[in-house]
Amino acid sequence: MSRTSLFLPLGLFLVMAFMLWRGFALNDPHELPSALLNQPLPAFEKTRLADGAPVTRDALLGEPFLLNVWATWCPTCKAEHAELNRIAATYGVPLVGVNYKDNGPAARAWLARYGDPYRLSLVDDDGSLGIELGVYGAPETFVVDAEGVIRYKRVGAVDRRVWEEEIKPLLTRLGLPLETPKV
Amino acid sequence: MSLRHLLRTALTLAALALAPLGFGAIDTYEFASAEDEARYKALIDELRCPKCLNTNLSGSDSPISADLRRTVATMVQGGEGDQAIRDYLLARYGDFILYRPRVMPATYALWFGPAVLFLLALLIVVRMVQRQRQDAGPAPLTDAEQAALARLANRGGQGAE
Repeated sequence: MSRTSLFLPLGLFLVMAFMLWRGFALNDPHELPSALLNQPLPAFEKTRLADGAPVTRDALLGEPFLLNVWATWCPTCKAEHAELNRIAATYGVPLVGVNYKDNGPAARAWLARYGDPYRLSLVDDDGSLGIELGVYGAPETFVVDAEGVIRYKRVGAVDRRVWEEEIKPLLTRLGLPLETPKV
Repeated sequence: MSLRHLLRTALTLAALALAPLGFGAIDTYEFASAEDEARYKALIDELRCPKCLNTNLSGSDSPISADLRRTVATMVQGGEGDQAIRDYLLARYGDFILYRPRVMPATYALWFGPAVLFLLALLIVVRMVQRQRQDAGPAPLTDAEQAALARLANRGGQGAE
């Protein structure tokens, strides 16, 4: 046995250690990279939760906005709702809701009870818009720019950290004038 | 054991054996042909539930899987090809949805790794066999060594007497 082959186990160990380190350093395996990033928001024809008026994709465009997928059956949506209320009230961010696979009266009652941060909510009772958006678990939040291109996707709750570190800087970069918080 | 008893036992066992098949997807869709139905079944078997980490669409009870099964069924009924259906879901859910990964630089190791390892193993075995054959025994003795051996043997024979 030559001297160099004595280092074989050490080499194997280092390779294994590297792979394990990479494996465990990966993010939450539940988090899927979004295939829709930098893709245009899919076209749709939905109705408005408040009054059933028809809404199409193009009617939403014009300035960057947040698209938030929510439902009354989703506990995490309830958890993030206060933050959405705060963002909408403090910064004047346009928020569009997608009421995902939900019941209309229950959803309206929910907004009346916990506050409505949305400019409007779209009714997606059959989940078809959810499929177009690649939604696999509510809540999910998208940042859509003025031209209707999806620039960001968050699966899970939007909390203060996500807002401050990810969404707010992005909206500023996209040119959305944010109101300054009244202290 | 009576025949009746035996029959009852056999039926119970059969029911138990078939029980697991009752789980998973139970929604039924009408297809124009048996071929379409087979396509639908093959697709929901090879597409992965995006909400679950390790279940296919056919084996998952989650609402999103039911929705995606319905989407696949509608597309099959509409005459879409298998690849078109895969591409549709791929564009929305990304590579995660495919249990059979695409061949691309990021998956080369996955697709070709086993073949490369096999060839490597084959090479090592061939080298080992060759080496073993080389030193299969001591090299044959030269004439001078043969003569020396004969002398030693003779002397040994005499000494033993």
